[in-house]
Amino acid sequence: MSDEVQIDQEVYDRLIGEGKSERIARAKAKAASVRKAKIAEGQSLGPRSADEASKALEEFRANAGGGGVATKTEAPADAGGGGRLTPEQRAARVAASLGNGGDKQPASMGVPTSGEHTHRLLALVPPAGIQQVQSKQMDKVYTWPHLLLVEFVALLAAGSLLLIVSFFLDAPLGSLANPNDVPAINKAPWYFMGLQELLAYFHPMVAGITLPGVFAVMLMAAPYVDKNPSAKPENRKVAVLGFTFFCVFWGVLVIIGSFIRGAGYEWVWPWITGLGFTL
Amino acid sequence: MAKNDLKTTVQDNVIWKSIFRPGSIYRKGYRDTSRDRALASMNNVLYHLHPVKVKRHGLKLTYTYCLGGLSFFMFILLTITGIFLMFFYTPAAGAGTEIAYLNMRELSASVTFGQLVRNLHRWGAHAMVFLVFLHMARVFYHGAYKPPREFNWVVGVILLLLTLFLSFTGYLLPWDQLALWAVQVGTNIAGFSPVFGDQVQFVLLGGVEIGPNTLLRWYVLHVLFVPFITVVFLAVHFWRIRKDGGISGPL
Repeated sequence: MSDEVQIDQEVYDRLIGEGKSERIARAKAKAASVRKAKIAEGQSLGPRSADEASKALEEFRANAGGGGVATKTEAPADAGGGGRLTPEQRAARVAASLGNGGDKQPASMGVPTSGEHTHRLLALVPPAGIQQVQSKQMDKVYTWPHLLLVEFVALLAAGSLLLIVSFFLDAPLGSLANPNDVPAINKAPWYFMGLQELLAYFHPMVAGITLPGVFAVMLMAAPYVDKNPSAKPENRKVAVLGFTFFCVFWGVLVIIGSFIRGAGYEWVWPWITGLGFTL
Repeated sequence: MAKNDLKTTVQDNVIWKSIFRPGSIYRKGYRDTSRDRALASMNNVLYHLHPVKVKRHGLKLTYTYCLGGLSFFMFILLTITGIFLMFFYTPAAGAGTEIAYLNMRELSASVTFGQLVRNLHRWGAHAMVFLVFLHMARVFYHGAYKPPREFNWVVGVILLLLTLFLSFTGYLLPWDQLALWAVQVGTNIAGFSPVFGDQVQFVLLGGVEIGPNTLLRWYVLHVLFVPFITVVFLAVHFWRIRKDGGISGPL
C-alpha cells in the first residue's frame, strides 16, 4: 500500500451531505476506496463488527472441527514411571504440537495447517491489571560457581603477584627522622606528586587547596552534570575526552614531579642525576 | 578408613550441620543443581555481597577486570598485614626515645616474616591506590555512574579520597627521613586551607610542627579512625551496587 490511497468521492459526498465532519468523511471514504480495491482483486475482507466476527468464528469451528476449544492431548499409553515422559515421547509430542508430526497430528490443535490464517482473541485485560515490570529480562548465571570462581582466581593471581614483588623488593627505610637535616630532594608520595608539581607553578592556596578541591567536586558532580543517558562510548565523546584529558593531565604532572625533579625541586633530566624518587 | 566413609563421618553430625546451612557446598548431599547453586549463595554470608544470579556479561574479565573486587581484596590484605605489624610497633618518638624507628629496624632484623609482611603492606598500599584509581576510570568509561548509580559514584569518590588519606597517614609511621619530609610537604599544604589554615594544620600535627604528637595522632588515624570510616562507606558502596540493579551494562 505504498502508493497514495484514493478517496471514494461518492462516499465522501454522501457523508458530507449527512453533516459528518470533513475529517471523518475523508477517513471513511478512504476506507471505502480500499475495500473496493480489495474486492476488485478478489481478496476477502475481515469482519466489520463484533456480530460478524462471532458468526465467522462459529462457521470456522463447524468447518475446522473444534478450533479454540482446549482438548487434552492423549497421553502415550506406554508412559511408565508415574506418568513421566521419556525424552523420545516428549520430543514426539512437541513435534506434533508444532505441526511436524505428519499424520499423527491431532485435528484439535486449533491451528489450521492449510487455508486461511486466522486470529483468536483469547482475553481482554484492562491496562490496570497488567503489572509493569521495569527491569529487562537479562541473561543471568548463578553466582556460585561462575562469579565466585572468577573472583577467587583473580584474588589468587593478585595475591601471588604481590607476594612475589614483596619477596624480591624491600620497602624503603631511610635514616632516622631529623627535623634539622633538610634533605636535598623532598617529595610527597607519588599519588600526591601531581599536587606538589602544581605547587611549583601556583600559590600554595591555589595549587594545594583550590584546584584539588575543584577537581574533587567536579568528580563527584560528574553524574549530575552528565545528563546523556547513553553508555555507549560513541555517544559520549565529550565525557570520554574530558575524563581522559583529566587523567592524562594528572599522569603527566605525577611523572614530571616523580622523575624530572631533582635537588631543590629543580627541573633535572633523570639520566643526568638519577631518579630522585622513592616509593 | 575409605575416603567416602571419612567424608560421611565428618559431614554427618550435628556440629557440622549446624555450621554449614542447607545449600552449603560443604554440607552432605550438595548436588550441582540449579536449586543447590541458588541455595549456595542464598544461605551464605556472601549473600550480603552477591545476589543469587548475576548478569552473564559481568563475568567477562575484560568488563570489570575485577578492579573493584581487587581493591577490596587489597583492603582486607592491608588490614591483616597491618594487624600483624601493630604487634611489633609503638608509635613513640622524641629526643632520645626513637622507639618507632627502632621498632622498624627490629621488624626487618629479628621478627619472623617481619620484613616480608612490611613489604606486603607497603606495596599493597601502593597497589590499592592504583587499583582504586583504575576502578574509577573503568566505571567512568562504561558510563556506569549514570542513573540510578549517581550516588554510588559519589560514595566511590569519597572512598578514593579515604584511600589516599589512609595511605598518606601510614607514610609517617616508619619515622624515617623519607616519611618526615614527605609529610612535611603535605601538612604545609593543609596550612594554606582558607580561613582555618592554622587550625587545620594544628589539628593534623598535634602541635605547630611534626613531632611525637603527630606520630601518635597519625597512628590512631591510620589504624583505627580512617579504616572505620572506610568500612562504613564500603558497606554503603557494596549495598548500593545491589540496590541499583547489580553490575552496570552491557554497553
